[in-house]
Amino acid sequence: MNTNGGEALIKALELEGVEVIFGLPGGAILPVYDPIIDSPIRHVLVRHEQGAGHMAEGYALATGRPGVAMVTSGPGATNIVTPLANAYMDSTPMVVITGQVATPAIGTDAFQECDTVGITRGVTKHNELVTRAEDIPLAIRQAFHIATTGRPGPVLVDIPKDTVDPTNPRSALEWYWPTDAEVTSSLPGYRPTTKGHPRKIKEAAELICAARRPVIYAGGGILRARAAEALRALAELTGIPVVTTLMARGAFPDDHELCLGMPGMHGNYTAVTAMQRSDLLIALGSRFDDRVTGRLDGFAPDAKVIHVDIDPAELGKVRRPDVPIVGDVRLVIEELVTAVRALGGSEAQADRSEWRRTLAEWQERYPLTYEQSEGGELLKPQYVLEQLRDRSPEDTIVASGVGQHQMWASQYWRFNHPYTWVNSGGLGTMGFAVPAAIGAKVGRPERTVWAVDGDGCFQMTAQELVTAATERIPVKVAILNNAYLGMVRQWQEMFYDERYSEVYLSPDLPDYVKWAEAMGCIALRVESPDEVGPAIDKANEIDDRPVVLEFRTDSAEKVFPMVPSGHSNDDIVVGPLGGEGGR
Amino acid sequence: MTLQNLNVGRAGAGTPRHHVLSVLVENKAGVLARVSSLFARRGYNIYSLAVAPTDDERFSRITVVVDVESAPLEQVVKQLNKLVNVIKISELDPRDSVERELMLVTVKAPAGVRSQVIELIGVFGGQVIDVGHDELTLSLDEHPERLDDLEDLLRPFGIVDLQRTGRVALAKLERSPTPGLRSVV
Repeated sequence: MNTNGGEALIKALELEGVEVIFGLPGGAILPVYDPIIDSPIRHVLVRHEQGAGHMAEGYALATGRPGVAMVTSGPGATNIVTPLANAYMDSTPMVVITGQVATPAIGTDAFQECDTVGITRGVTKHNELVTRAEDIPLAIRQAFHIATTGRPGPVLVDIPKDTVDPTNPRSALEWYWPTDAEVTSSLPGYRPTTKGHPRKIKEAAELICAARRPVIYAGGGILRARAAEALRALAELTGIPVVTTLMARGAFPDDHELCLGMPGMHGNYTAVTAMQRSDLLIALGSRFDDRVTGRLDGFAPDAKVIHVDIDPAELGKVRRPDVPIVGDVRLVIEELVTAVRALGGSEAQADRSEWRRTLAEWQERYPLTYEQSEGGELLKPQYVLEQLRDRSPEDTIVASGVGQHQMWASQYWRFNHPYTWVNSGGLGTMGFAVPAAIGAKVGRPERTVWAVDGDGCFQMTAQELVTAATERIPVKVAILNNAYLGMVRQWQEMFYDERYSEVYLSPDLPDYVKWAEAMGCIALRVESPDEVGPAIDKANEIDDRPVVLEFRTDSAEKVFPMVPSGHSNDDIVVGPLGGEGGR
Repeated sequence: MTLQNLNVGRAGAGTPRHHVLSVLVENKAGVLARVSSLFARRGYNIYSLAVAPTDDERFSRITVVVDVESAPLEQVVKQLNKLVNVIKISELDPRDSVERELMLVTVKAPAGVRSQVIELIGVFGGQVIDVGHDELTLSLDEHPERLDDLEDLLRPFGIVDLQRTGRVALAKLERSPTPGLRSVV
């Protein structure tokens, strides 16, 4: 016996290449925090465990490497359930270590005890209660293997105190480091398929060449599989236009002539309608989410579907594909490129000149629009985002909360690089932006990182700016303060006869500037259009502490276009005056 | 063949029917909870469940019977397959599998009717495994539908206690080119 479970755990994390842990100690995890003092791993001490989880997610989304969070048992574990669920929905690789009460106390309602593996079973890709110290190195290796391969996701490892406490004989173990082969053979039920079926790939290539109105429907899987280059090669070889879902913003450059932008409930007219009218949807790492399809029986009625996904459960879950391909989307796209080339490449593509003309007409006719405010009026959020976009470095990372500001950020930013958009898609977790931005900045310290947040979201996790100030993580936060839970307000205005129920938050309670300053940030309030640019420039110059800009925005402004919930995408409303949609 | 037609007839168009899944899993703590929670999450009731280690003690086989439409079942099966501890899932079609279930039942059997009860269990090929003053405990391992039949016939005597194990099943041995075990995914 040459080590103990706590040391073994930290050593295992080091060997997995972990450079940073986001966490907060407590009773059950205490013994693991002792060896952290001597470890090269950086620990970021958060102010709330939810922050640790979202920081780990932001880190993972910006770097592609798994984020790591460590918290104690009981309330520490329950506080990180939301980030686990968020990471699970968005397939974000993350490893969460939770302390647990000592094994003899498990199940006795001990102090700070909860059934962590039971609670998190439905929101993790996998979780494991480790009951013997000698199992810790293998459990950690398995966790990283599972979190990062196949369809990525969060994995939780629950560690009872007696297995890591050096004063307890149960923590003693002989150090060993399992080989890759041992890890694989220890998981007999886990064998993700990565290579697409050659016959299906050939079928897909034939459909691609023959299609007259094809659209590539790129999802977050493109980013998870690091397939952005492969996607570009396929699009350029075939000349097929690309829509990038909320999860795929940045997977294909917005400035590219083949890019149609974001589809879905708040997608632009061309992206939404291109999918509706297409005769072939090439779904790559996307999952036909209800926010993309609208009412399902009216979705892309004439389209054949090629669906590529690493997760077999996604194929046919929502829309029955004509050509299902299970595999790693990067490998499959590369194989598709080869197969299309074999059929004649760009020469072999059907005539799509009419389709291209139609798309160009739509783009011309239905751009994203808003009316700029006059001096003295409240700011238009879209204007703030345009200014933020134009005045920040091109490879800026944007993190977002959930709601109107998220949709505007996705619509108005120009995403030209992968891994520059950090947001909560599937779960829609308000409060995601600030901690996720901090995690992203830790992973990419050389980049400018802006959190675009709403006033409602900001109040949920703002305390992590104390973490950012203390740890010298100079993120920037733009609060679009419209004094409302804006998206809910929009729905109440449009679908509940303007009966506003519990959505008003007040513009100046709290005082965001004072609050941000109290948390160690530099803060500015911006109220008129001419102040917007200079304030952003000033914020971009500050690089030694967090900055918060509070923009007073117009609460009457709504997110358009919009496909009303439960409607077909043909019923898209392009602007506040109704606007036309459909055929 | 009659049995199979009976099952198909009972299924009817669009109505839920018994599906028998044979799930090979790692023999570890918590695996049963992972499997059952995928059904519970969707509000599907598990009709019966039997779990025991296989010949290889690293693995257990779960035989689960659920009443659910085929389409959502396909999704549940795919989700089950994603569980790290699940090795393999097969749906056992009643037509292509052999099924057995064990029932223990205590019935009222005072002197006057005792011989009738003993005769009945004999006809079914079961046994009397315990004898009380005016009660008998019977045991029968048979096809689940035969257990239903016995249960119906015993009811008039007065069932005091009854415990069934839930069915276990294996694919029928191959006699034709059609494989008996249909892998669902």
